[in-house]
Amino acid sequence: MSNELIDFVIVSVALLGIGIYGLSVKRNAIRMLFAIEIIINAANLNLVAFGRFIPHSGGQTLALFSIAIAAAEVAVGLSLIIVAYRMYQNIDIADFRSLKG
Amino acid sequence: MADAAFLALSVLTIGSAIAALELRSLVYGAIGLMGTLGGVAGFFFLLDSPFVALFQIAVYVGSIAVLILFTVMLVKRELIFTKIEDPKRKWAGIGLMLIFMVAIGAVILDSGLKSVTTDEPPVDFREIGDDFLTYYWPALILMALILAGSVTGALVLARREDEISEQRTD
Repeated sequence: MSNELIDFVIVSVALLGIGIYGLSVKRNAIRMLFAIEIIINAANLNLVAFGRFIPHSGGQTLALFSIAIAAAEVAVGLSLIIVAYRMYQNIDIADFRSLKG
Repeated sequence: MADAAFLALSVLTIGSAIAALELRSLVYGAIGLMGTLGGVAGFFFLLDSPFVALFQIAVYVGSIAVLILFTVMLVKRELIFTKIEDPKRKWAGIGLMLIFMVAIGAVILDSGLKSVTTDEPPVDFREIGDDFLTYYWPALILMALILAGSVTGALVLARREDEISEQRTD
């Protein structure tokens, strides 16, 4: 295998940094969900990379669990955004001042 | 040293991650996110784990990206374009990202990870199936329950209640 572990970890750190930038700067709820997805993918990449280089099957198993839980999280997050959009007619989180019904 | 496929994949992944966050329209942003997720699936292929790669393509590129696209279509047209952001906040965010990347990168480059290579054969995907059904079976059942619960919760949350209440008042 020509690629080394450090290459994959560096790409993962870059993705994590981009995701943190998006979470801290963007004020659009759907775009913040994009940033969360990018961070989760950085974590999955780390899991699979370390699992390949140890080598142990636990890395891939945990990555599969993580992907499934992330899918559930996106479904709930998008439906929360739709509920908030119906309430405020906006998806800018600066307008979500009070979330009580 | 990294090969050409790795370099191409990393350019695709990081470039489309930046595009997903910076393009003005949310629809193009969602397509950029699809590029990022597909690039990570390519990394999984490079890491000799085709099962996880195909799972990633089926779940992320196949369903989550399409779900996000449909949600973007449900909101008003002028909301899916970004308004001009506060430049002070943007530069603060870029500074935070650079500090974070340099700090973590320095720690990683300084650690012993640099010299890790492997010549061992990759993990067979039958071992993953074994893991799921023997050691991790309670976690598998819990994950199935969480998925069912969250999908039910999403349906209940997104349901329109005004039509039902109109029927009740009649």
